[in-house]
Amino acid sequence: MIPELGHFSLILALFVALALGVLSVAGGQQGRGDWMALARPGAQALWLLTAFSFGCLIYAFYTNDFSVAYVAEHSNSKLPGIYRIAGVWGGHEGSLLLWLMMLSSWMLAVSIFSRQLPDAMVSRVLGILGLVAVGFLLFMLVTSNPFLRLSEIPADGRDLNPLLQDPGLVIHPPMLYMGYVGMAVPFAFAIAALLNGRLDAAWARWSRPWATAAWIFLTLGIALGSWWAYYELGWGGWWFWDPVENASFLPWLVGTALIHSLAVTEKRGLFRNWTIVLAITAFSLSLLGTFLVRSGVLTSVHAFASDPRRGVFILLFLSVVVGGSLTLFALRASKVRSGGAFALVSRETLLLVNNVLLATAAATVLLGTLYPLIVDALNLGKLSVGPPYFNSVFVPIMVPVLLFMVIGSYARWKNDSVAELAKKLRPVAILSVLLGCGATLLAGAWSTLVALALTLVFWIVLGSLLQIYRQFKDTVNWRSTPLSFWGMHVAHIGIAVCVVGITMVKGYETEKDVRMAVGDTVLVGGYTFRLTGIHEAAGPNYNADVGDVELSRDGRVLRTLHLEKRTYFSSTMPMTEAAIDTNLVRDVYVSLGERLEGGANPAWAMRVYHKPFVVWIWGGCLLMALGGTMAALDRRYRRRAAASAGAVAAKGAVA
Amino acid sequence: MKKTLIPLGLFVVLVVFLAIGLTRDPHEIPSPLIGKAAPAFTAPRLHEPGQTFSAKDMLGQVWLLNTWASWCVACRQEHPILVAFAKTRTLPIIGLDYKDQEADGLKWLARLGDPYDLSVTDKDGRIGIDYGVYGVPESFLIDKAGVIRYKQIGPVTEEALRDKILPLVRELQK
Repeated sequence: MIPELGHFSLILALFVALALGVLSVAGGQQGRGDWMALARPGAQALWLLTAFSFGCLIYAFYTNDFSVAYVAEHSNSKLPGIYRIAGVWGGHEGSLLLWLMMLSSWMLAVSIFSRQLPDAMVSRVLGILGLVAVGFLLFMLVTSNPFLRLSEIPADGRDLNPLLQDPGLVIHPPMLYMGYVGMAVPFAFAIAALLNGRLDAAWARWSRPWATAAWIFLTLGIALGSWWAYYELGWGGWWFWDPVENASFLPWLVGTALIHSLAVTEKRGLFRNWTIVLAITAFSLSLLGTFLVRSGVLTSVHAFASDPRRGVFILLFLSVVVGGSLTLFALRASKVRSGGAFALVSRETLLLVNNVLLATAAATVLLGTLYPLIVDALNLGKLSVGPPYFNSVFVPIMVPVLLFMVIGSYARWKNDSVAELAKKLRPVAILSVLLGCGATLLAGAWSTLVALALTLVFWIVLGSLLQIYRQFKDTVNWRSTPLSFWGMHVAHIGIAVCVVGITMVKGYETEKDVRMAVGDTVLVGGYTFRLTGIHEAAGPNYNADVGDVELSRDGRVLRTLHLEKRTYFSSTMPMTEAAIDTNLVRDVYVSLGERLEGGANPAWAMRVYHKPFVVWIWGGCLLMALGGTMAALDRRYRRRAAASAGAVAAKGAVA
Repeated sequence: MKKTLIPLGLFVVLVVFLAIGLTRDPHEIPSPLIGKAAPAFTAPRLHEPGQTFSAKDMLGQVWLLNTWASWCVACRQEHPILVAFAKTRTLPIIGLDYKDQEADGLKWLARLGDPYDLSVTDKDGRIGIDYGVYGVPESFLIDKAGVIRYKQIGPVTEEALRDKILPLVRELQK
């Protein structure tokens, strides 16, 4: 009964979304107050129906209702409770429901936190999001219904993919989807502005906090995914340029460009068309990511079950949404040359340069991801594009981005001079080179690439610190410094922290593959690893070989690490659970490989890594997200909006 | 032409490619080589670069030629299956380390296990061209007379092994 209610609720949601989409957009266009008034309650009703449906699926999972096909395929009675809930998004149908849940949650948020916005704007934005929801609801109901029943009820479920049975995977998809789907909000604002025909600073100010919020979730989602891959896959890598990873990275790159471009549009009224294109692109890439992951046109380690029928549907949906938006853009884009002029050397130029670089980086990643597909479509053969391509193309684009990032934050709007900037930044530049090269020498072997990267790191950090110091010294009341100022610097320092992690791991990690029997030791990165024992242990739905490794340094025992190799009952592929000892400056990472010899004294293949500064990669992402949060919470979004609403009211009174 | 039409134009091109992509199965391409003699090659061995291996050394045996590379993500997916399969000692498996650095290849095998009776290096991809290798991993089942009987494109999966490769191997080994 409960699954049927969930299914019914989805059908109702489809009709609500349809009504919301059509009436709110039409109401906004024709200025009909009675239709516009439906937007907020409509969005809230859609949220309730979706949440109810989502709750029904969670219930079916929690109660082991294997009569539901989706539950039978992705859960098992022995599965621990928390993974039974995470199992809801462990497969295709549930992932879509999660997508929809996130979309309607963003709509709910827009319906609540939009009091300062004109009704027509809110109505259009919610209506457009409603139409996006229609597409996804149809997709679910037609091709991927999670509530379908089985005629023969199996005794037990097939179990959740063991790779996904991990705490990281409980929160990674919701975070990532929140970010993906969040890009729909600035997209809806952009379309609403095009429909309205007014691409003004107000529009940019309204969409800015939403774009930043989506970007924060995307940042956290990607970081969690990378962290999960690091400790769960047992390869010690943290980024593989896999098509599915790229699918999440593409909207992040474009989203980063978008939040900076919105700043220019808000402050200076410039780059309007460019901002619109970025907003449309960021969401289109989220949809494209969904298409690539769900249709099976590309092969990936993430390989979800794929179905061409679903691919056709998403492609049609993608064509309608993106094609429609871009057609609207072609028709309605601002034809007036943007008002404000700016000099060649100015903050505008530097932000534009970085925006173009980020867009170029996104384009190269997209090209690398789609290249196998394009080559195949042209009948030129089949091939795969690997990390060598991405590393050699992506890294050179990022170097100028990091360089200009600091200059941009120093440059004045409208007009600045090279001499002036050089005067301010010369000490920072000199000190960065010295510290960057010095740190490289201290870290170990000299490497020009490491020195370059560390110089850029100091460049960013010192650049930010100097500005914070100036703010502290030169401003009469530094406490009134806007939160967004701090947000920007925290996020920029986050980038630097992340670069430290990437550079140090790439430059100085050591790894050893060894054959170890009980009692054997191996020395890696100054640490001694001794295998003290291996025994078998049983988990709720798996058996494991557990190895105990004693970690010591200079004869002093630090701790015992437990590493596992699990064989889940439902799968023949063994899963490694690496043992990791983390501190601020290094990780030591041990994982258990194949059993090489049995008998009285069994020997195992083991992989031991010493990874300097690896947690900085994710720490940097956290800082970026924190910076984003500070920027999004800046008071002025509320205050100025209220002030301008007041101004409009005053104008009305005068008229 | 209006500049604002450019994004739409680019998108239309993208959709065309995606649509064609949908009609293809990334795993299946018929190979013109099936039923033909396996191209002859002689190449240095990965572990003993001083020695060489020739395809004709395998005449009289049913064997599997598996192309792999340390940079290939899909190969990691396939690898545990090959390692397990190699333990059954059903037939010799020869690895072709395709467009790879020897050191990387050796490290990869040391780390993930070596299912191959031996591997040969194909640094510039010459042998790959003769065999029509589109992308790694690909595997060729070659019979006693040196004729290619089956080609697996993409990772060898447990299903492919069970349903296609093993029955064929048994028949060919008779």
